[in-house]
This record gives sequence, structure tokens and C-alpha cells, in this order.
Amino acid sequence: MDFLRPASWEEALAAKAEHPTAVPIAGGTDVMVEINFDHRRPEYLLDLNRIGELRDWVVGEENVELGASVPYTHIMEHLRAELPGLALASHTVASPQIRNRGGVGGNLGTASPAGDAHPALLAAGAEVEVESVRGARRIPIDAFYTGVKRNALAPDELIKSVHIKKADGPQQYSKVGTRNAMVIAVCAFGLALHPETRTVRTGIGSAAPTPVRARDAETFLNAALDEGGFWDSGKIITPSVAKQFADLVAGACNPIDDVRGTAKYRRHAVGIMARRQLGWTWEQYRTDGGGTGRTLEGAA
Amino acid sequence: MATTGSPTGPGAPIGAPTRISQGSQTKGGIGESTLRPDGVLKVTGEFAYSSDMWHEDMLWGHTLRSTVAHAEIRSIDTAEALATPGVYAVLTYDDLPTAVKNYGLEIQDTPVLAHGRVRHHGEPVALVAADHPETARRAAAKIRIDYAELPVVTDEASATAPGAPLIHENRDDHHIGHVAHPNIVHRQPIVRGDADAAAARADVIVSGDYVFGMQDQAFLGPESGLAVPAEDGGVDLYVATQWLHSDLRQIAPVLGLPEDKVRMTLSGVGGAFGGREDLSMQIHACLLALRTGKPVKIVYNRFESFFGHVHRHPAKLWYEHGATRDGKITHMKCRIVLDGGAYASASPAVVGNASSLSVGPYVIEDVDIEAIALYTNNPPCGAMRGFGAVQACFAYEAQMDKLAAALDMDPVEFRQLNAMEQGTLLPTGQRVDSPAPVAELLRRVKARPLPPEQQWLAAGEAADVRALPGGLSNTTHGEGVVRGVGYAVGIKNVGFSEGFDDYSTARVRLEVINGVPVAVVHTAMAEVGQGGVTVHAQIARTELGVTQVTIQPADTQVGSAGSTSASRQTYVTGGAVKHACENVREKVLEIGRRKFGTYHPAWATAELLLEGGKVVTDGGEVLADLVDVLEDEAVDLELEWRHRPTQPFDLRTGQGNGHVQYSFAAHRAVVEVDTELGLVKVIELAVAQDVGKALNPLSVLGQIQGGTIQGLGVAVMEEIIVDPKTAKVRNPSFTDYLIPTILDTPTIPVDVLELADAHAPYGLRGIGEAPTLSSTPAVLAAIRNATGLELNRTPVRPEHLTGT
Amino acid sequence: MRVNFTVNGRRQEADDVWEGESLLYVLRERMGLPGSKNACEQGECGSCTVRLDGVPVCSCLVAAGQAEGREIITVEGLADYAKHRDEAHPGDGCASGSCGTSLQRAQRWRAGGTDSGTGEAGELSPIQQAFIDAGAVQCGFCTPGLLVAADEMLEHNPSPSDADIREALSGNLCRCTGYEKILDAVRLAAARQEEAV
Repeated sequence: MDFLRPASWEEALAAKAEHPTAVPIAGGTDVMVEINFDHRRPEYLLDLNRIGELRDWVVGEENVELGASVPYTHIMEHLRAELPGLALASHTVASPQIRNRGGVGGNLGTASPAGDAHPALLAAGAEVEVESVRGARRIPIDAFYTGVKRNALAPDELIKSVHIKKADGPQQYSKVGTRNAMVIAVCAFGLALHPETRTVRTGIGSAAPTPVRARDAETFLNAALDEGGFWDSGKIITPSVAKQFADLVAGACNPIDDVRGTAKYRRHAVGIMARRQLGWTWEQYRTDGGGTGRTLEGAA
Repeated sequence: MATTGSPTGPGAPIGAPTRISQGSQTKGGIGESTLRPDGVLKVTGEFAYSSDMWHEDMLWGHTLRSTVAHAEIRSIDTAEALATPGVYAVLTYDDLPTAVKNYGLEIQDTPVLAHGRVRHHGEPVALVAADHPETARRAAAKIRIDYAELPVVTDEASATAPGAPLIHENRDDHHIGHVAHPNIVHRQPIVRGDADAAAARADVIVSGDYVFGMQDQAFLGPESGLAVPAEDGGVDLYVATQWLHSDLRQIAPVLGLPEDKVRMTLSGVGGAFGGREDLSMQIHACLLALRTGKPVKIVYNRFESFFGHVHRHPAKLWYEHGATRDGKITHMKCRIVLDGGAYASASPAVVGNASSLSVGPYVIEDVDIEAIALYTNNPPCGAMRGFGAVQACFAYEAQMDKLAAALDMDPVEFRQLNAMEQGTLLPTGQRVDSPAPVAELLRRVKARPLPPEQQWLAAGEAADVRALPGGLSNTTHGEGVVRGVGYAVGIKNVGFSEGFDDYSTARVRLEVINGVPVAVVHTAMAEVGQGGVTVHAQIARTELGVTQVTIQPADTQVGSAGSTSASRQTYVTGGAVKHACENVREKVLEIGRRKFGTYHPAWATAELLLEGGKVVTDGGEVLADLVDVLEDEAVDLELEWRHRPTQPFDLRTGQGNGHVQYSFAAHRAVVEVDTELGLVKVIELAVAQDVGKALNPLSVLGQIQGGTIQGLGVAVMEEIIVDPKTAKVRNPSFTDYLIPTILDTPTIPVDVLELADAHAPYGLRGIGEAPTLSSTPAVLAAIRNATGLELNRTPVRPEHLTGT
Repeated sequence: MRVNFTVNGRRQEADDVWEGESLLYVLRERMGLPGSKNACEQGECGSCTVRLDGVPVCSCLVAAGQAEGREIITVEGLADYAKHRDEAHPGDGCASGSCGTSLQRAQRWRAGGTDSGTGEAGELSPIQQAFIDAGAVQCGFCTPGLLVAADEMLEHNPSPSDADIREALSGNLCRCTGYEKILDAVRLAAARQEEAV
């Protein structure tokens, strides 16, 4: 095993080009577990810790550009207003120690369906900026996850940042685990209301081979909210609409049975989370008039 | 040859302090919450745990384990591994040095390294010693093993089916004669009265099938140690264990060494809970050290630890109880099937406990009880805190709630109506001859005010999810959350039972150093965190009236202390320390009489004590300074001490005075359940426990609270999941075997009773296990109360609560 | 490979480090600092918690090479670290948030020795003393990680609620105590800290 320590982004890209099998390591919270337990023996470890820009974020007009290595702790503490869904998701990641090291780049690189950030990114809308010596490109989050623990990266590419749409309405995130902290998702769900476009977006974690959106549920709810004039009136969503939304979200799951839970439970729980989050976000939209200043800070 | 400590009067009033024999004025004596002598080392990181050992030129040992549960080993090829640079030795069964190739606590059925066959997933097959752990791992990966897989047996039906493969052929242990099938390790029936006739008197009969999942001790300090070869051909072994002498008895024959050439020293032990009663890396490290002539260190990682020790027996239990309309239990029938896995470990004793304690702390005259342990291809199971009594308690307490419901009675009142007390005759024919305040314990937990509802709203409008089911995962802001309250009480034996010669040894030395009298206490007791070292110093202060006490490291240079298990160490090794101190005191007084007897008549006539470094009369008159009595003489005694003998259970009827002492705790659990998502938050777990005498009240609370949370764990999250088709462990990691975090644990108010047991030193009662029993059924009862579900299985998973 | 970093104020160097080694392994096996514990080596127990440039992390998940040139505080250096902090910011518990991370400050102090032969230690930090006094230590294997995590929390949050304590320590497993005495210890340390103001 070789340990590569690029001092700059350019050096990192060059190293990755030269050694496409090199495994990037940033927070180490996935890679080191695999090394400690002898599940993985990469030829090269590519340390990204010395590249300061990966730990930076920029709040722009439309988007937040979030460096791949910005620790979850910083997202929780500094980006709650701009990225409320991701901030809530960050708060559910493992433990304080892990949140101090891990970042969204690791979740994306590993592309495990259980990664906590994915549903929030899907719901908010995001693009992953990746780069190689051949150049940079942005991959829409909807096209990023290509299979179980597989993503759209080319072997010579590294994840630089994520451009996440700034919240224009309430967002929520929940995950189910059988412990009240430090737990891997049995399943997870994220919901974002986008009053500017009068749309909703969703994200489902750990209940399909990849993180997915519940597109039929989104389409249904977009239509129902539009037809009922809900965005303008701000009236309470009828229970039948909420139920059908939840059922459609559950229907978007394609889960398996494993040691963490049954497929049937996952489908059920995602539906419950969808219904509750629709209630929480819509209540906030109604009372805040869609402002983004406050969230139902459950896990704050 | 039983010697007893100073008995105290029976029937002391509830809550009153036990009268102790003497010396209570000495500072730092029994009854005080003195601080741990190892506390400073433990908070500064200086305390040397077994995984912290280091030696110049040491090698790292690594164990290659079977990847399948049941297979014939056709061949093992170690050539490539041996040729790896940095590798010093590769050992297999063929390298074992003597004819003794198995070990075991009671039945020597466990191969040091697999011989021709593996019987469970993760069984040790080969060993590697190398200059770096990674070198050892890479070399181990080059060992080629040709497995021919065999069919697995994983439960009673498959283990006893016609033509079932025998886990151990040609058994010659002393249980084979009374079991119906060679895949049954041991069977213990208990029959008393006439359960069928009594059932005819019952107005209601309830029955149920219950399932208890496989729990892991999950001690945090992994199995580890260092073996250093010695010039005399022997070996010095530094390990974390629960019983040095039991290890020694099993290690030495395999190495072909006399016991005095295997010198064991206890290293820091990072928790045990039963999981270190069996050997893990001890023999392996010694074999590698003796082969290479170099010190060898072995440290398991968490993955390996799940294969490195036995677990709590998973169990299937069937119970039937009847009761009359006025709430009296008529009879009980039960059948308890414990899965012992591939090797016997402590299974026979677990069977004895499960059967003899299956009735619970209740008066039931007509019983028909059977408990068995199976041999299967599942992971071996053995000792864990609560030891057979835990599984039974889960089932009989569910039955109590069912009976109360069938009779439309309050579940606590129903239990109190049937509660045993001092004088009760148990199904084994043994009479309970010390306080058994079962009804009072229940009264106390019930009398506690309930925590306020909807506490999550207390802080203001927004819910604090940290107080809700799901916690930080933000799954509910109060939706679907329903409260439930449940009660349970249990009975646990203390000490080794069934006629086992359960003794301990203590060496106590009293001398004057630099003008100050100092007591030195040396035992082989394994301090695993419970605080035995604290208590030994307290006992020495109380008995010898000195303030300075040195606790020597535990090793095999002193006689056996028995195991740190069965809630027994304060009783038995504490008793041995007390006994040795009493004898040292007598010697000191003899010296005093010889030197000063002529100066004061009280030397001959009064009862004399040692207090504050002086010889005093029981009236408080000072006769001499210890410094003057001892001068440069040291009094040094090593003595054994035994508790009252017990008897084996009759193999047909289960009759016999099998246990030394009983221990009782009761719990009230308050839970909030997200009924839609099936997530549980335990809000409060109130405990009441009788401890006889709290030698160190702070440590007592620590034991009770810690045991309570291990019970909570197996109620809602902890389970080793074994694939029934392959018998392979599916979750050997802390990612998927979950133990409670500080966000999963509730407040744990504790009510301590001190009702002296006249037969025990200071009247004390072993305390470590009882709180682990009733915690689980109390939580389950509370969840049932919240959800209305039957829930006959633990741990409860969200699927069970949501019907998914 | 060779790695250099500062541990408890002292420069340390390790040679022949295998590239897959964790910071935890290097501390324990190469630098004679086994206080940080190896309970799970998968980031699920917190027993290996150290401060890396001031931030609590699981040292089992930091590759040794990633620690190059950085500042580590382990349980062995906690007492001196706390003492220095108290001298620099008496009584304020570092609520200003400017504590503990600057290289400059870290270089001004050195960890004092403890005499492992007698078990006599130098002064303990308030959180260490509180753990002993409250009965929060049983087997003690989780203790070093808990101390580092709890000390860091009190640095930023000198008057934590119970929920705050539970959240801050939710990454540290303890199997012996049921956590009640650990809560007591943190409350005690916080109260003593307040009294000292």
C-alpha cells in the first residue's frame, strides 16, 4: 500500500490520473473501517486532508457550493438556514466524533444507499462537481447514483464539491434506526417544498438499491397542491391527499430484507415518515408564508 | 469445612443498616463509598489493560477462523504462509505439543485448533505469529483450507431429527447417560407436587411460547494478552480473564507444562459479564510464544471478538400457569430449550439455573419443569450475567401479566399475592432461609411517582426530539407516541451451585512500614470493573483497623479466588479476605497478649478490636499501638474460605439444596412507543433491590444501573443474528450489534434495601446479576401496555410493533 | 513510511509505519501512549477519542499519514491541557470558543509525567476528578474517550442540560455503568467549574 499526500487539488487530480485505483480518503470514516477490518487493501490511499478548499463552502445566490470534505458538524452549525434538510440529515450521522470528520463527499463517493446525506440532496436538488485532469463536470444528483454502492464517477475523477439549491421553503429529514443515536439507517426520507416553483422533491434512503426520489408521489402531490390551490390558500392539506402521497412514496421503495430490517417494514416506515414530514413542512409553509428563516428544528 | 463470618441477626427491619461485627469506626471501612484504588490510573490512561501490553521484540499472533459453520477439513496448506517474510510460525492442530488437545470449563470438548472438522462459524483453525499484525493477517490469508461442507443443525427439531449429524460423536461426559439424544448437552427436570391435578383447580389457565434472542456480553476491552516465554521453559501470561486458576487448569495440560510453569497475571480487564469465563486467546498466545521463543501479543478486533467468546444462550420457552379466581397461582409447567451451540462451555450449569429458577420469585407448589441445552452448529453459548435466570424471567414475568389480565387484577398486586418470602419452599425442595422481600420491592417501585407525560414539550413549543422515540433521527415530534408502564421482578442465585466446591483464597499481611501499620491483601480475584479491589481494602480497614491497605495484583502465586461471576466475589472472596483478616487479627492479639498481657487485665478478659491503628477493648479503651505490638514482625496468612455447601439437583426430580443464596430485584419501566414506526424510548427504569448490606453504596448503584441497562439492551436492540440456513453470524460488529448509547438510557432511580442474610459475610447479598433479570421483562411489559400487542419475543424489533 | 506529529505538546516521530495503520495504532503501539482505547476500531464506540487540532475524533478512523504535522491531545495529556486552558482563560470554560486549537498555544506547554510505578498522578483535570468522585469509572475502558469528549463539551458548553450531555456523549459507548454515573460526573464537573468562577 502507498500513501499519497497531495498538497493541492491539482496534485490530487494528477495522482488520481496516474493511479486510477487509488482510494480517496478524507474523513476516513468509511475507508478506515474497511482497512481495520481487513475488508479492503487498496494499492494506494489518496489523502485529501491537506487540500483546504475541500473544506470550504460558498453561499451563492441560487446555490451553496459545499466542499466535499466540509464536516457534517459545520453543515449543522453554519448552514441550517440555507440547507435545512441536509443540516438535519447531518445531525443524524453516526456520532459527534464522526460528524467532525465525515463530509458529503464521502457519502457520495461510497454511494451506499444508507448514506445519510443522499435523501436530503435528492430532495433539495443538487449537482455534484467532479474533476479529473481531463476537466471538470457537474453531474445532476438524479444521475449520480448508478447502482448499489456505485456512482457516475470515472476512475480518474474526484469529487470536488456539491452545488446544492438553497432552500426556498421548508425541508425535513428523518431516518429510522433501532437506536436513538449512532445508528445506520434502516431507512430514511427527506422532503423539500419548493414554493418558488410550486413543486416538492423527495429522497428515499436505504430502501432501494440506490438513493431514489419518489417521482410518482412528487407528481401526484404537485398536481394535488396545484389543483387545490393550496400554495395560494395555505390551507391544511386534506388527509386523503397526505395518505395518497405517503402511499406513493412507500410504493417508490424497492427494499430488501437484511439484519437491519425487513423490506416490508422499510416500505411502511418510509410511508409514515413521508406523511409526517408533509405535515411538518406544510405547517411551516402555512405559518411562515413560505419563508426560509425558520425550520421545524426537530433535531436542532 | 465451612467457616462462616460473623453472623448478623436475621429479620432486621427493612431499610435498617445491618449491624456489622466490629471496627466500623475505621475510616474507609465497609459501608462507605470509598473511591476506587485504580481510579486515578483509569482516568489518566495509565491503567494497563491486556491489550496495552508491550514487550521488546514481541510478535503479533493472529487466528485464522472457519468461514463456514460445519465442514470437514480435507486439507490445510500452510506452506505459502510460512514462507512470508516476517512470519515466525504457523500452527495447526498437527503442531499441538501434547496428547491434550481440547479444553473446556466442565466438558473438555473444545479443540484448541480444529481437528478435521469445524462445528461453528469462526472456529479457530490455524495460528500465525509475525512481526506486524498486517504481516500476520496477510500470511493467514495465504493458508489454504479445503472445506467439505456438512449439513447444519440449528434448533431442537433439526438437532434431534432422525439421522441428524452428531455435533460430538462418542461423547463420554457425565451427562450423556441422562439425555435423550447426543445433541442434548444436559437435561434437568424438576417435579414437585402434581401439576396436572393442581391445574384442575385453576379457574384460569394461560400459556405461551416465548423466544429470547442471542445476547452478547459486548465488553468493550477486546480479548487480548501477552505471552512471554521464560528461561525455565515455562511461560508468563498476562491476560484479561474472570478466573485465573480455571484458565490455568485448562492451559497447562495443552502446553504440556506443569501448572507452576504457567505463571498468570491479571491484566486490566475491560469488562467481562461472563464472556471471559471461557478461554479465548490464552492457549494460542502461549503456543506461539513457546514455538517462537519470543513474546507474542494477541488482540482481537471487534469483528473477531464476536467469534472469540461465548454468548448468552438464546432460548425457546413454553410456560403454562393456572390461577384461582382469588388470584392464587395453582401450578406451573414449563419447558426451556437453550441453544448451547457447538461446544458445551457452561451449558450444563445454565440448564441447572434455568430449571431451578424457572418458577420465579413466587410460591407455586405444583410444578412440572424441564430445561435442556442443545448442541448445534450455532455459535457456542455460555456464561452471561444472569446465567439462565434471565431467559426464564422474561417468560414467567410475561405469564404473570397474562394471568393478572385474565383475572382482571392489577399486575403488581397479583405478583405480591403470590410472592415468595423468607421460609418459602422452592420447587427444588430448598427452603429460602434469608430475607426475600419480593412484595416489598414491587411496592417500592410502584409507589414511585411516574415521570411527567410529554416531557418533550416541557422546554417550549418545539419538541426536543432527543426525548422522543427515534431521538436525533427526527422521526416524530410526538405523533404516534403512546406511553406504557410495566413491572417485573426476578430471582437469581448467588455463587456457584449444585454441590460445586465454591471457595476463595486470600492472603493478608499486616506489618509496620515506616512507623505506620499497613495491610497487604493478595487474592487471585479478577477485577473486571465491579470494584472488588475497592471492597477488599474496605474489609481490611474494617477488620484490622488500619487506613493503609495495599491491594496486590491478582495472579496465580496465590490460591484460587474462583470466578468473578455468579454475583459471588464480594460474598466469597470478600468473605475470604474477611476470614484471613480475622485470623491475622487473632495472631496480632496473641502477640499483644504475649508482650503486654501482664500490664492490663483487659488483654485477657475483654473482647478486643483493632481500630485506628490501635488495640482497643469493645468498650473503647486503648490497650496498645499496633506499631508497638508488631514492631518489626509481620503477620502473614493465606487462607481459604467456603460458603455453605450446596447439593446437586436430583437428575430425575430436581430436588436438592442447590443454591447458596438468592438475590432479588424489581423494576418498573416507563416507555414511550412510536406506535406507527415501532420505535421505543425508555423514559425511566426504576429499580428496587435488596443487597443485604451495601459494602460500598456507590459501587452498588453502579452495578444495579449497569445491569439494568444490559437488560434494556436485550429488550429493544441487542441480538446476534444467526442465519438459520447456514448457521453463520450475520452481524458481528458494533454497526449491526447495537448496545445502548447514553441517548437510549433513561434515568434509573434506585431503591436499595439492606436486609441482612445471616449466613453471609456482613449479611451481604451478591448484587451484580439480579438487576439484569427483571429489567428486560419490565420494558417488554411496558411496551405491551403501550401497544396492546402480545410480544412473546425479545428483543422487540420495529417490525414486531408495526406488524411488518 | 515516516510520520511526524505533536502529541500532548511533544513532537513525536514514528518510522516504518504501515500505510494502513490508524492514528490509534501508532499512538498505542509506537508511541507508548495506550490510553486511547481499541474497543471497536470502526468508529462505533468512541473509546479511542482524541483531539485532532482541537476537534474530537475517533483516532481509529484517522489514517496515521493524515496526522502528519498535526496536533493531537490524548487522555494522557488531558490534565495538563485542562490546566493550561484554565490558566489561559480562568473560569470562563473557554466559552469564547478560542480555546485549545492554536498551534502557538499548544507549543507552549508540555504534558507532565505520571509515575506509572506508583499510580500517583500529577494533578487531575476537573473532569477526570469528577469521574472518580461520581463513580463513573468501572472497568474504565470507555473512560479515556469519554473524558476527552466530555472535556471538549464543557469547554464550549460550560452549563450543559442533561439532554446536551447525552447528545455530546452519544458517540461513546459504556457497557458497565448504565451511564447514570457518567451523567453525574459531567454535572459535577460543570458545577465545580461554575463554583470556581
